[in-house]
Amino acid sequence: MDNLLKLISKPDNVAIVIMLILITVYTVWAFRQAIANDRRKRLGKHVEGSDDKKLDTWPNLVRIEMLVAMVVIAGLIVWSIVLDAPLEEHSNPSLTPNPAKAPWYFLGLQEMLVYFDPWIAGVIFPILIIFGLMAIPYLDINPKGNGYYTFSERKNAILIFCFGFLVLWILLIVIGVFMRGPGWLWYWPWEEWDHNRVIYKVNVDLTQYFGIDSRSLFGFLIGGSVVILYFGLGMILPYYIWKKRNSDFLKKLGMTRYIILSFLFCAMIGLPIKIILTLTLNMKYIWVTPWFNI
Amino acid sequence: MKNPFTQFRKSIVWKSIFRRDNKDTQRNRARAISGNVFLHFHPVKIRESAIKYKFTWGMGGITFLLFIILFVTGVFLMFYYTPSADQAYWDVKDLEYQVPFGMFLRNLHRWSAHLMVITVMIHMFRVFMTGSYKPPRQFNWVIGVVLLLLTLLLSFTGYLTPWDQLGFWAITVGTNMAAAAPFIGFEGPFSEQIGITVYNDIRFALLGGSTVGQSALLRAYVWHCIGLPLIALIFMFYHFWRVRKDGGISGPNINNTGIN
Ligand code: HEM
Repeated sequence: MDNLLKLISKPDNVAIVIMLILITVYTVWAFRQAIANDRRKRLGKHVEGSDDKKLDTWPNLVRIEMLVAMVVIAGLIVWSIVLDAPLEEHSNPSLTPNPAKAPWYFLGLQEMLVYFDPWIAGVIFPILIIFGLMAIPYLDINPKGNGYYTFSERKNAILIFCFGFLVLWILLIVIGVFMRGPGWLWYWPWEEWDHNRVIYKVNVDLTQYFGIDSRSLFGFLIGGSVVILYFGLGMILPYYIWKKRNSDFLKKLGMTRYIILSFLFCAMIGLPIKIILTLTLNMKYIWVTPWFNI
Repeated sequence: MKNPFTQFRKSIVWKSIFRRDNKDTQRNRARAISGNVFLHFHPVKIRESAIKYKFTWGMGGITFLLFIILFVTGVFLMFYYTPSADQAYWDVKDLEYQVPFGMFLRNLHRWSAHLMVITVMIHMFRVFMTGSYKPPRQFNWVIGVVLLLLTLLLSFTGYLTPWDQLGFWAITVGTNMAAAAPFIGFEGPFSEQIGITVYNDIRFALLGGSTVGQSALLRAYVWHCIGLPLIALIFMFYHFWRVRKDGGISGPNINNTGIN
């Protein structure tokens, strides 16, 4: 318990506690407004804001802006009086802290390093995240739910985004900040960090479960097939199922969008899959090649 | 006794500054917005729900406010700070113990920076949840993603400047990831084959060396104080201008044609 208090009252971590509170409040607020609008729709009424009038910006909006600005500034002043920014020892290249953590907003990426090699966790995934975020407006062709909170009209889009945002982004940050101790080992927040703790884990590559050396040509081919099969099936199967059902959605989506969407989706789901495989089976690599490992 | 402020608002000086008299008329309400260089980013009339806090949560505006606070506190911090590996840490120490309100200044800058990263994420979440990236606002969402990235980079470069263990190793860990990039990072796949080494890869370009040292500090400092804020500011103004051109804050009954 002592450790928990120490951890959440570390000055920089207070920001993360504040983030958690804010994210919770606003997530709940968003869904409550969405559900309220959905209920109105069911009752045959318009969603909130449909019969808006136009008002004078001065003073209506400017007053609220002023108020919000004052609240934010007052909050920051209190925060800055109560809590001092950390300044650790003078930098020392020969003294590596353990654990050495990236800034908190990158800890999701650092956490991925447990499950993937750096070129995937630190380079490929960030690129896919940025590209994927930018692509959202062009991939989501559902015209409904434009400019108001709703859940029922865009269930899939909201579920996928919230999974990415709340679980793969926020939760991984929280794990990186609060659950990772020396050697990047897992500690519950109330556990004392033990700098001598070592965990001997035998990491096994996928093919080794079947007695095949992952570094052999055969292992290379099997590992490669599994990865290619994952993306292949993940991208082709839904296509055929939708095609068979003569899905309107697929027709509107078109081939290019379908390929990008299904690839990004498979890549995103690949992360929790690898996490689960690593945690349950101690799996290290699915595919080992002389140049890179996945 | 007459209120001197009221007197002033009736004077020719006041009128010369604000270019209008002070009667509460419809025309003057419009001119309060359109005749003010800062406020005229707003439309003169605005939808009801764009005003209500519950729709936008004011998160974009708060993010911008934090950017301004960071700009102002940052300028003051620059008065006391030298981007030199010998001096930087002691300048920050001086700020804490010698400079009047130095600690407060530094706290304001750091906590605003953390908060800005948080609010920009919540802003993105709100825009997603109201579906406001849908036509005609698709491209403004893309600009937003660039702004998200710039916000993170601003915070990241600032992390190194106190030159303490925390920043030093956070930047070391962070830039080591760049070294793993395929082709352009010396530890990444396929880079050996094309002759990339620790002395000519992407990490070297970021740090100005093969380790975090004086050149890395100077680069972080210049990006943090000049390069990134300038780029972010340009993108922000484009972002705000697009909000207007795309028909103002999104809402259910606006016809989404994209023409304002
Ligand atoms: C430095 C960062 C940013 C600043 C200062 C900023 C500022 C703003 C402001 C002041 C608005 C007006 C409405 C509001 O306050 O919600 C706005 C709207 C908008 N922002 Fe941002 N923003 C930033 C980042 C982002 C990001 C990361 C995204 C998305 C990925 C984004 C997408 C949008 C969109 C699509 C709108 C239009 C919303 C609507 O019409 O309802 N912005 N932004």
